[in-house]
Amino acid sequence: MEITTRSLWTLVHGMGFGALYLLACSGSIVLLSLRSTTNAHSTPGGDRVLGIYLTVMAALAWLTVLSGTYIIYPWYRAAPPTGVANLAAFPRSLLLSKPATRQWHLIGMEWKEHVAWLVPIAITMAAFIAIKYARDLKHSPALRSALCGFVGTSLFAAGVAGFFGAMLDKNAPVDGGQTIRLVQGE
Amino acid sequence: MSSQTAISQGNVPALPNGSAAAAILSAGIGSLALALFTIVADQSATAKNLLSIYKPTGALSGVSTLAILVWFVVWAVLEWCWRGRNLSLKRINTIAFILLVLSLLATFPLLGDLL
Repeated sequence: MEITTRSLWTLVHGMGFGALYLLACSGSIVLLSLRSTTNAHSTPGGDRVLGIYLTVMAALAWLTVLSGTYIIYPWYRAAPPTGVANLAAFPRSLLLSKPATRQWHLIGMEWKEHVAWLVPIAITMAAFIAIKYARDLKHSPALRSALCGFVGTSLFAAGVAGFFGAMLDKNAPVDGGQTIRLVQGE
Repeated sequence: MSSQTAISQGNVPALPNGSAAAAILSAGIGSLALALFTIVADQSATAKNLLSIYKPTGALSGVSTLAILVWFVVWAVLEWCWRGRNLSLKRINTIAFILLVLSLLATFPLLGDLL
């Protein structure tokens, strides 16, 4: 059982940071709704949970976009040398070479690479407010609706990026580099 | 206790919402900046070249870096102006959310090409 370094990085980026972020979004929406519905007096510990949770989400969002933009994307968009017939190592060129897959790049990748950057902006702002206004959130519907709106939009943007990331990797996987042997065959 | 600080739980006074307003509006403006830089890089070969500050990543490196810079600068300026003040959060939320939705739409390639 083997995996290449490029495949490993796409796993870390998509299945690690990205998928974890998407999963965490549902938790943050639950935490936000609890801030508005719980009747009990809030405690300093309880006030801090949402801030810590959103800070971890912000860290995941930054790790996802930075690893995607600066580690994986250069492998994806690398131009093949002239005369190369096998485009398997050049995903962007491979997608553009066939009419059936062209739009995965022209719509999918073009949207994914930009919309994903809205996520760290939205969630960093949400984390800042959840930390600074931890005690006021329960009594401020306007602050809570701002957080819900931005977290919800970040979920949509991350979902778009995740969906197209998975489909692009299905049609033209980023693969290559050193081979890492996970389990020795018989 | 003034009306600005009266909304609180127990004895803890509420913070002025100026810092929150600055964070919310700057996030909307930063998002719109990302969309605008994306469109500019897509429409102009010169801009695309100028925005390619890290060649292996191409224009995306400049688009994202500049948008983040715009976001931080706007955040810092608004924070400096609004810190300690109470503002109409409802209006700021609406503006920021409109900017965010516009950014989502403008980054979509088929719609971005129409602009």
